[in-house]
Amino acid sequence: MGFPHPIHPKETPVLSTHFGDEGARTFAGWVQRGGYQALKKALAMTPDAIIEEVKASGLRGRGGAGFPTGLKWSFMPKGDGKPHYLVCNADESEPGTFKDREIMRWTPHGLIEGCAIAAHAIGAETCYIYIRGEFTDPLRIVQAAVEDAYANGALGANVFGTGKRIEMVVHRGAGAYICGEETALMNSLEGKRGNPRIKPPFPAQAGLFAMPTTVNNVETLAAVPHILMRGAAWYAGLSLSNPKSTGTKLFSVCGHVMKPGNFEVTMGFPMKDLIHDLAGGMRPGRTLKAVIPGGSSVPIMNRDEAEAALCDYEGIIAQGSMLGSAGFIVMDDSADMVYQIYRLARFYAHESCAQCTQCREGTAWTTKILERMLKGQGKQADLELLLDLADQMTGKTICVLSDSCAAPVVSGIQKFRSEFDAYLSGARAPALAGA
Amino acid sequence: MTQELLAVTIDGRTVRVPKGTTIIEAAKQAGLIIPHYCYHPSLPSPAVCRMCLVEVEKAPKLLPACVTTVAEGQVVHVHSEAAAKARESVLEFLLINHPLDCPICDQAGECELQNYVFQEGRAGTRYADYAKRFNPVEDFGPDVLYVANRCILCTRCVRFMDDVAQTPVLNVSERGDRAYIGIMEDQLLDHPWSGNVVDLCPVGSLISKDFLHKARAWDLDKTASICPGCSQGCNITIDTRDDVVTRLRPRPNLDVNRHFICDHGRLDYRWMNRGDRVEAPLVRRDGATQATDWDTAIHRLVELTAASGPVVVLASGRASLESLGLVQRLLAHREVTAAVQLPQGDEAALGSIAGLALRSERAPNGAGARMTGYTAGWDTAVARAGAAALTVLLDVSLTDSEVASIQGSGAVVALATLDDPRLTFAALTLPVSTMVEENGTYLNRDHRAQRYLQAKPAPGMARPAWWVAADAWAAGGRDRTSLSSAAEALVSLGRDFPTLAGVTVAELGFSGRVLDGAAAGSAR
Repeated sequence: MGFPHPIHPKETPVLSTHFGDEGARTFAGWVQRGGYQALKKALAMTPDAIIEEVKASGLRGRGGAGFPTGLKWSFMPKGDGKPHYLVCNADESEPGTFKDREIMRWTPHGLIEGCAIAAHAIGAETCYIYIRGEFTDPLRIVQAAVEDAYANGALGANVFGTGKRIEMVVHRGAGAYICGEETALMNSLEGKRGNPRIKPPFPAQAGLFAMPTTVNNVETLAAVPHILMRGAAWYAGLSLSNPKSTGTKLFSVCGHVMKPGNFEVTMGFPMKDLIHDLAGGMRPGRTLKAVIPGGSSVPIMNRDEAEAALCDYEGIIAQGSMLGSAGFIVMDDSADMVYQIYRLARFYAHESCAQCTQCREGTAWTTKILERMLKGQGKQADLELLLDLADQMTGKTICVLSDSCAAPVVSGIQKFRSEFDAYLSGARAPALAGA
Repeated sequence: MTQELLAVTIDGRTVRVPKGTTIIEAAKQAGLIIPHYCYHPSLPSPAVCRMCLVEVEKAPKLLPACVTTVAEGQVVHVHSEAAAKARESVLEFLLINHPLDCPICDQAGECELQNYVFQEGRAGTRYADYAKRFNPVEDFGPDVLYVANRCILCTRCVRFMDDVAQTPVLNVSERGDRAYIGIMEDQLLDHPWSGNVVDLCPVGSLISKDFLHKARAWDLDKTASICPGCSQGCNITIDTRDDVVTRLRPRPNLDVNRHFICDHGRLDYRWMNRGDRVEAPLVRRDGATQATDWDTAIHRLVELTAASGPVVVLASGRASLESLGLVQRLLAHREVTAAVQLPQGDEAALGSIAGLALRSERAPNGAGARMTGYTAGWDTAVARAGAAALTVLLDVSLTDSEVASIQGSGAVVALATLDDPRLTFAALTLPVSTMVEENGTYLNRDHRAQRYLQAKPAPGMARPAWWVAADAWAAGGRDRTSLSSAAEALVSLGRDFPTLAGVTVAELGFSGRVLDGAAAGSAR
């Protein structure tokens, strides 16, 4: 990855090539490193040709859902006479995920270029970059880069003299996790409370300010210039396992590993190598116990599942979880799974937007049950209750925050039941004090 | 233009509804209320309470009936196991932080949480040993208290203020289970239509200070009526407890007031309970006033009205079409100057709903009075009364100088509700009922004829004014058939006033009808 440690031989640096290279942050430095060629090339192409190229590359959304990017762009209506918007989702708030942060910190112009190309492809003249409120450093850097790009004619009313208008607005969020959900993000951008919207209508029909809108993740957009420059075939060829998962992917690895950080590998890379080799493996004397691979909102994988998994969309589903945002939370045998799950539930309870009943009340209730268990006051019926609540919190609400709270609970009880039983039977001393 | 109809089957009942209809509305056509909290037909649907989740065949998950529109051939199950379980679960979630203070809650008995829990909730809670969320009661404005602990965050109140009143002073504050309804800093819930949030609240969270602890819902008798507060003619329900009016609430009429009434109309009901009423006919002879029976009184009225000379009639804008019309008939052989009293006030529109406002004309039947010939200017009529042979007062409220002017009249007949000591000079005072105590019809500003029904008995010997006029008409030998109900009175008016020809009570129903040839209006 290049920062904070040197590129590992097994990495395939594309997005992370210039991580750690401060010279890449300026417009001139980016141009010197081959930047903005892709945008110039794109401006000479028709929007349809760009969309076809991205479709052919197999690029899929890097924010979590993995929806094919070219297909998403093709949903934007054509010739409808309405303003179109591109929104770059830089509200990276998923626990354990910090890949977009590094893209913004080191290669802001790569992101701007990707945004400009995407805007051209979907017929948008305005792009909003919605940056998480706590990301003060990336915000400052992206803001400066946008100004730099304007000053050098890469943005504005007449991009590189082509007559094409692309405006870019950097918007700072206020620190709500839910604003990473695309419809909540749009409400937030509009100055409203960040509550997810009901779909339909989908953003491509009525999104930001009720106009056709495409929302893409930072990493997705940053990959686009590379696809245009090196060709869809090159990108599609970057696949070690399932041909439906192509390109390179930044994996944020954190937790109980010796070398936490971002690692860029080709899709289909073995999770075992990622954890035990690239991320430096477990601490001495410790063994791998569990991995939550998709940020925190996906089922927990046990050691066997994690070590068997291939890191792409299909490979992780095959092992019972989901790729999500590809933020790996790695836990060794010292981890108290009940406590870890409680900690996640508490996060979701805190971040629930409070719209849907199941989520508002369910996340808080789940947290209370787990908290009581950790205080040594749990009851045998609590496990059944947790599973029943999780069942009612799954697939019943407007967005998936509620499902995300339920997933670690259900998989945790399934895979680490003995730890719950130990608290319930008193075999394990209470982890939390208090009545 | 014919609308495309789609066939949808809900719990085995197939209905055909226009394209674009939501499942929850289609279910109503099928005779089925799908339990719901956040949905309200006069508000935008956020689909947040998740109470109306139903099973739709071929859909991968349960869908909210309030925002899912029907598709041709769709098969919906409201009472499937999955849907019933989801509802039971939502109710359990809503109850974990809801106090069980129903015994002291004004909403008890008309609470949608109570009703649905009774209908489909669990018998017990699994939320044992945890404290419930607590937030203090907040004073939101002149008539509204917010009992946060009872709130289920359906957001109907927020949407009413945002989207209907277009005065967004309420919000959802905080997140997660700490959320509550907040009010903007330094703001009050004092919009002229804000009282509707109390009706919209499905639980006892937003309550009316005026109604606080006055009655239990099950002790109230409800009567369909028309708001007498202005010329809009909002449909209301009068709630009485032991024949005392305790509150007025809106009664839905999509063409007039949708589901709303203004605070002026809502709170202006105390006059309906006044005790200082005329309870017996009073005849003045030889300088003394004596109570008498109706036969004597009617006989005297016939005498007074049969004489000749100009007559002035001063009528209340709250008098019914029937009363106004039959008084005119009784005096039709004389030269009549008739005026109606129409108090004025400030107009207050309800934001987004065109055609709905608290009107400046603060009487319900100004249009009816004009249609029945009460067209003279008030001041002119009062001035003329001083020189008239006879002045007939129909429940009017007079200033001292107006009383002085009328005193010059040859004779005064007062059909009165209130005992006015200044009117002892009246030759005849006849006790009549208020609109709460009789059946009748009003014509609103859009010429919509609407019925109101008797909500409580009239005091003493008081009768509807139309009855008095009709009896005198019959007793004068001019008609053999006397009228025995307001419905008959309305029909009989058809021969005097062409606009009313053919209008019957049955035809008007409970939502009324805009009379032909009159300007149509709509609150849609």
